[in-house]
Amino acid sequence: MIDADIHNVVGPIETLEPYLDGHWREVVATSQFAGPTDQAHPPNIATSLRDDLAPQQGTAPGRTVATLRAHVLDPLGVQVAILGCDYGVESVRNPDAAAALATAVNDWQLAEWLAPEPRLRAAIVVAAQQPAAAIAEIERCAGDPRFVAVYLPVRSQIPYGNRIWWPLWEAIERHELVAELHFGGSAGIPPTASGWPTSWLEEYVDMASAFASQLTSLIAEGTLDRFERLRISLIESGFGWLPAFMWRFDKGWRGLRREIPWTRRLPSGYVREHVRVSLQPVDGPPDPTELERVIDQLGSDRMLMFSTDYPHRHSSEGLDAVPAGLPPAAEQRLLDANAREHYRL
Amino acid sequence: MSVATKLEVVDCDIHNAPRSRQALLRYMPARWRAARAGGGRLEAAVEARRETLGDRSYLGGEYPRATPRAARTDAWPPSGDPPASDLQFMREQLLDRYQISYGVLTPMLGAGEQLDLERGAALASAINDWQAAEWLDPEPRLRASINVAYEDGALAAREIHRMASDPRFVQVLLLIRTAEPLGRRKYWPIYEAAVAHDLPVGIHYGGWGRGPITGVGYASYYIEDTVGMATAFADQLTSLVCEGVFERYPALKIVLIEGGIAWLAPLMWRLDRAFALLRAEAPHLTREPSELIREHVWLTTQPIDEPPRATDFAALLAQLGMDDRIMFATDYPHWDFDAPDRALPTGLDRGVRERIMAGNARSLYRLSA
Repeated sequence: MIDADIHNVVGPIETLEPYLDGHWREVVATSQFAGPTDQAHPPNIATSLRDDLAPQQGTAPGRTVATLRAHVLDPLGVQVAILGCDYGVESVRNPDAAAALATAVNDWQLAEWLAPEPRLRAAIVVAAQQPAAAIAEIERCAGDPRFVAVYLPVRSQIPYGNRIWWPLWEAIERHELVAELHFGGSAGIPPTASGWPTSWLEEYVDMASAFASQLTSLIAEGTLDRFERLRISLIESGFGWLPAFMWRFDKGWRGLRREIPWTRRLPSGYVREHVRVSLQPVDGPPDPTELERVIDQLGSDRMLMFSTDYPHRHSSEGLDAVPAGLPPAAEQRLLDANAREHYRL
Repeated sequence: MSVATKLEVVDCDIHNAPRSRQALLRYMPARWRAARAGGGRLEAAVEARRETLGDRSYLGGEYPRATPRAARTDAWPPSGDPPASDLQFMREQLLDRYQISYGVLTPMLGAGEQLDLERGAALASAINDWQAAEWLDPEPRLRASINVAYEDGALAAREIHRMASDPRFVQVLLLIRTAEPLGRRKYWPIYEAAVAHDLPVGIHYGGWGRGPITGVGYASYYIEDTVGMATAFADQLTSLVCEGVFERYPALKIVLIEGGIAWLAPLMWRLDRAFALLRAEAPHLTREPSELIREHVWLTTQPIDEPPRATDFAALLAQLGMDDRIMFATDYPHWDFDAPDRALPTGLDRGVRERIMAGNARSLYRLSA
């Protein structure tokens, strides 16, 4: 079994102190700077922490390898889990600070997570808002095979298909890494086309629109034609919206393809070839038969990858979240083979 | 030549346009007419760009349409005037040809996007008076939408009150991309006024929110603009639900126009699941989001979603559970026009087809039989 989305949590900036260089240690010690303040999952929100983890004192979930082992790896029998550290470096405006933090996080991941726990792999954290810095960090880390992906917050200032990002995609493809578009991101622009929503509840629901916009961009811009070997993960995107999205985009493409002549086939074809989606949070219909229908409408049994999204909270957790009624082969693919192939584990 | 369609047809989305900018400015008070009409070259530039930008609106967000004025290439009248500006030609090409019994006008002429809100209000009034004089008076099959300067709740409410006594105006018209999410308090006076006159609020494809057209930045292409409009509809409906607008205005009716329909069932699943986990943040919500949506929301069909398998379309209607809320629309004269005799897939239950093609709109807009 593979867990395609598990979170290690940095916590206070002091965690990273051993991994920051002298300049940034001094800045942290003497200024207000304490790393990113914006978080994809605010601590007081119900979805940020599994119910059964909340009361445990002194074992902050996700802060140590021991918590991952105790809460996920051992009880579920996970063979490989892929760390996605949502540290929020994209919210840091100072480009050097953002790059230094990303570097420190990756060294921390190596020393405190990947070294002691062989079941773990990680996504490289990068200052995605600075493509050159992000590429440099990828070059620095990619030699270690335990880094299997690059973490890109789904919310960006400019859609990821835009040519501004192509050098980044070139580096990701060249190093044969998976690009993870991950729930959240503090890009500083409104998270909807109509400004800032009032509540977290809205932001949480609206995140599907951010994923849809990024997929639209990656396909429309020809990014997946230019970089044909790219592998994309949508992490914490949900998938209930994906069939309707593909229908609409396919229809739009039939009418407007001359605007983007580099695209060679229906958008849904790109999605099925390049994109895999983590299971949690399941956002499909509550009725199991209808949920099966939605999964069938994805058009492939290779699309979904099991994930716990630990330590975040969902309506059902762990294996209980796996849709009932899947054919055994499809269930096996979801639990293991899809992620194993996608991440080349 | 008319195409025989056995079912009655009501068209809920027709984009009439003035023959020229001057033809519309005639309806504006002298103050605003003088301010722009004398501009010489400026006026010409405005004319060329106004379809997306308005007279003074937000810059840097233009996505050139697939065709001039986003129109069918055959929709230009013999006179050479703009598409859907010539009533007689519209009759021939749309109303008579498809034997449409009623058509709802939804002119998109930039009133809500003016940075000068008072100019926007004056423009909205002019659009409404122009519709009454040049479209509703000569053509009894037409109904109209009250244009408003929707970024100012008070000015918009004032226009709703002014026009509501004319029963041929059957709804208020907003665009789906607004400066703030539509559930926020600044828009509440619009809903209050609409409810006071028992008018639905139609929210149509398009508009500019004063920032990037997606939540992840500016897209590059028109195909992204138009495909991505579904996300604007989803996010706005999320705002209306989560802010408690439907609980505050229990009689409010929202019509989502030109958004398609397939995105809505997934949104309801997602909203219900999120609400179950996060309801502490929205204590004003006493009912499930999907229940509120099914009670308060209507949808128009165009651009009709086309799942590759016919069974998936039937499943889509079943998932929505809104057969009495879906209303046919052509979007005439735009390039992605849906023809009344071809838009819906075959195999639909005849009763459902009748409701979608005419019955639901007749009930909502109180169109006499």
